[in-house]
Amino acid sequence: MKALYLAVIRFYASSIGKKMIVALSALGLLAFLLGHLAGNLLIFSGPDALNAYAAKLHGLGVFLWVPRLGLLGLVGVHIMATLHLAAQNRAARPQEYVADATLRATRSSRMMVLSGLTILAFIIYHLLHFTVGNLHGFHDDNGAYRLADGSMNVYKMMVVAFGVWFNSLFYLVALTLLGSHLSHGVSSLFQTLGFTTPRTRPLYTLVGRLFAVAICGGFASIPVAVLAGFLK
Amino acid sequence: MNLTLKVWRQKNRNAPGHLAEYQARDIPVDASFLEMLDIVNERLIESGDDPIAFDHDCREGICGMCSLTINGKPHGGKGGVTTCQLHMREFQEGQTIVIEPFRASAFPVVKDLAVNRSAFDRIIQGGGFISVRTGSAPEANGTPIAKDVADRAFAAAACIGCGACVAACKNASAMLFVAAKVTHLNSVPQGQPERDRRVLGMVRAMDAAGFGNCTNQYECAAVCPKEIPADAIARLNRDYGTAAIKEALVG
Ligand code: HEM
Ligand code: SF4
Ligand code: FES
Repeated sequence: MKALYLAVIRFYASSIGKKMIVALSALGLLAFLLGHLAGNLLIFSGPDALNAYAAKLHGLGVFLWVPRLGLLGLVGVHIMATLHLAAQNRAARPQEYVADATLRATRSSRMMVLSGLTILAFIIYHLLHFTVGNLHGFHDDNGAYRLADGSMNVYKMMVVAFGVWFNSLFYLVALTLLGSHLSHGVSSLFQTLGFTTPRTRPLYTLVGRLFAVAICGGFASIPVAVLAGFLK
Repeated sequence: MNLTLKVWRQKNRNAPGHLAEYQARDIPVDASFLEMLDIVNERLIESGDDPIAFDHDCREGICGMCSLTINGKPHGGKGGVTTCQLHMREFQEGQTIVIEPFRASAFPVVKDLAVNRSAFDRIIQGGGFISVRTGSAPEANGTPIAKDVADRAFAAAACIGCGACVAACKNASAMLFVAAKVTHLNSVPQGQPERDRRVLGMVRAMDAAGFGNCTNQYECAAVCPKEIPADAIARLNRDYGTAAIKEALVG
């Protein structure tokens, strides 16, 4: 046990180890994003489908905390390792170039810390908004957002929340930066985990872009549909 | 041709540096970048000034000694070319050229544009070798190597250890250099017995020297005079990952 613990510490201490931990934690977060998107898109199947899905999740009771804590752990590890890497990177070049040039690096690759921190701010806001906070009175006692059987009317929550334009705007901005994060991040992941070869590199770059567009377009479709009056 | 140079001058490792301006007049277009600096230096010496210190040796693109970050781009940023093989015809009449050293905390400035790249030697000492006596050149067909493997090893072995990859990297990471060496030696049969020890040792020496971490932006490959591809880094990651797991499980 102690040997394994030491091996993990040693792995984390190395540059490549930290990068792989970033990539593996990201893999878990990407799986969550896919699942979360699939669930949310049920809104287009109408209130009953979405509310039934939400009720099923809440039916897990304490076991809902397993994925929740898992996600929290993944986000924590991802942030710890990336900020650690970023600090080391800054220290590796104390004297900047006076004439600085960029030859190949994409804009999204140069914004990873910024896009990541925006995602973090968004996650906090998002949880306060729907899960914990009471901005729209979702959790008031009067039962305005409850169904007949007492479970939450998630459909109504979403339509009301995204009907507030500045709220939707913040979601769309955050989603754009998530897209930027993923368009570099996903293709990068294959490189970090050692799968990229000369033949597969263009494929992975394409996969990264498509994934980013699919995830962000998918999530963005909900506030856009509400604002356009398509969902009500 | 006539040029304005802004050259980084720094007395020693600990002194603060600054950009000094020089007029480089009547430079032949066929001069190499280093020959241009030679001309400027001769004039500085004639007028009793301190010549600009810069590294060079073979001047034919094979030794890895020349360096220089030219307008922010190591070796001029053309890719596939060392500074000694870069010619003044690539520049425009009247152009201002900013010349800085390869910047990285692992490459401390010795003087002006000359930096100490012995961190690369420490990485090689970490495992960039094969510890068997090979004697004189063996019979060519004694150890058969598949063509694609030989090609890959040979392309990686072209790395001259110049350090431009570090200089170009936004994080001063040495991954492309280490990846070239690991790809070279871990591809050929002679390198197999030490493959795990090699990659662990070299990556640890790289980390200890204070290089940054790769963020998969491939600025390194864009400037590499030997055109080592970024895929070598994926291979390095793979070899390191498997070696680290084996080490954790079986010691
Ligand atoms: C839904 C949440 C997130 C997902 C799906 C995600 C995904 C990814 C992916 C796939 C990578 C590429 C890994 C690699 O290069 O192998 C990455 C890198 C990175 N992430 Fe995130 N990320 C998320 C949240 C965050 C947050 C909250 C931060 C806050 C600081 C952050 C900061 C970074 C940074 C700085 C990198 C670059 C690391 C490097 O290039 O070495 N990410 N992320
Ligand atoms: S990989 Fe290319 S840029 Fe880096 S040291 Fe080798 S030859 Fe120079
Ligand atoms: S001086 Fe030898 S490679 Fe440029």
